[in-house]
Amino acid sequence: MKYVDEFRDAALARGLAAAIAREADPARRYHFMEFCGGHTHAISRYGVADLLPANVRMIHGPGCPVCVLPIGRIDLAIGLALERGVILCSYGDTMRVPASAGRSLLRAKAEGADVRMVYSAADALRIARAHPEREVVFLAIGFETTTPPTALVLREARALGVANFSVLCNHVLTPAAIVNILESPEVRTLGTVPLDGFVGPAHVSTVIGTEPYEFFAQEYRKPVVIAGFEPLDVMQAILMLVRQVNERRCVVENQFSRVVDRDGNVKAQALVAEVFELRREFEWRGLGTVPYSALRIRDAFGAHDAERRFGLVYQAVPDNKACECGAILRGLKRPVDCKLFGGACTPETPMGSCMVSSEGACAAHYSYGRFRDREAAGAAEALRA
Amino acid sequence: MCLAIPARIVRLEPGDQALIDVGGIRKQISVALVDGLAPDDWVVVHVGYALARLDPAAAAATLATMAAAGIDAGALA
Repeated sequence: MKYVDEFRDAALARGLAAAIAREADPARRYHFMEFCGGHTHAISRYGVADLLPANVRMIHGPGCPVCVLPIGRIDLAIGLALERGVILCSYGDTMRVPASAGRSLLRAKAEGADVRMVYSAADALRIARAHPEREVVFLAIGFETTTPPTALVLREARALGVANFSVLCNHVLTPAAIVNILESPEVRTLGTVPLDGFVGPAHVSTVIGTEPYEFFAQEYRKPVVIAGFEPLDVMQAILMLVRQVNERRCVVENQFSRVVDRDGNVKAQALVAEVFELRREFEWRGLGTVPYSALRIRDAFGAHDAERRFGLVYQAVPDNKACECGAILRGLKRPVDCKLFGGACTPETPMGSCMVSSEGACAAHYSYGRFRDREAAGAAEALRA
Repeated sequence: MCLAIPARIVRLEPGDQALIDVGGIRKQISVALVDGLAPDDWVVVHVGYALARLDPAAAAATLATMAAAGIDAGALA
């Protein structure tokens, strides 16, 4: 596929790996967080970690909307589907997220709820227009990338007067999460890892541009490199971060210039501002309650806001005690540090959110990295024998 | 979740829609979020919506920079 295959080229990858090895100073350590699940997935799937010198470590960030969605929000959706008889539409990503009482949207469907997987928010609106006698709720999740399409269907629903269509909005904001990783009191208590820089979001940045990250570079003295989601993009971004650290520079650089610019998609930003406003606070799995980190639907579109329409009240639900998703999402622990990993918790029967989405740190490591662990353990065993 | 794929616009259709080609597969998407698109333009597509243009010249420049990084200037000198 054009503009994908070229950015997975093995010869170029070897060249970039050699450049990183050559330029990384053996006398120091480089800890970089890739914010996005898309980067986490690329790093695991293509074995990028194996191509890096031992002193360059990638820390997986919380940028997977499925992984950070708390149990209580999924409970709201399941409640609507099971008790209020709505047609509950959502992206495939949310279907297996574990909720209270061992439930998930998929299990609710098996219990008889009308849960439908859609490719696009527009499909959910189409279902509402085809079933005017039923209430249709779209469970919307996602970062800035996914918000503009939700804004468009909300505007369309209002314009067309689709009275039976509403949105349960869980759209969250990237910059707020990065601030939280860098300075929130919760993270200070719970701990975090020292970070030398960020691989910044690819497709989120197509919408918001590179400008919002300039604050982190200036205020927190952290280099940021916006990078595409292909393995070569990630490797080039790592090389650019190594160079910034070596040269003591802290600026925002854009590796993904084929799609991203400084301003982003201004039309999409205006649309999002018209339909949504900031929530005072929102609970994130792993990060806790983060102020002004999510969006809610404005009054003008209130008739299509499922929370108002059905009088929903959010109730926080604690995660499984043994689950380490919280620490893993902050880069404090690795998937293998969790007792549940690979035993009680697998992609087929996920207990924690990081195992649900293929972009979650645990699912990515389970699918691609655990064999490497086994080989390493085997080699250590052979040495001892 | 934020995955977006590169696609070529085959033709624009009424109602802010377009037919795209993704590695030989054709699909209808919305282009309501990106103004001024024309056939043969490249875009990145997310959940059925074009989010941004893809600039072929910038893509080529990025690949050239990657290739140049792989050349060890010290070893050549």
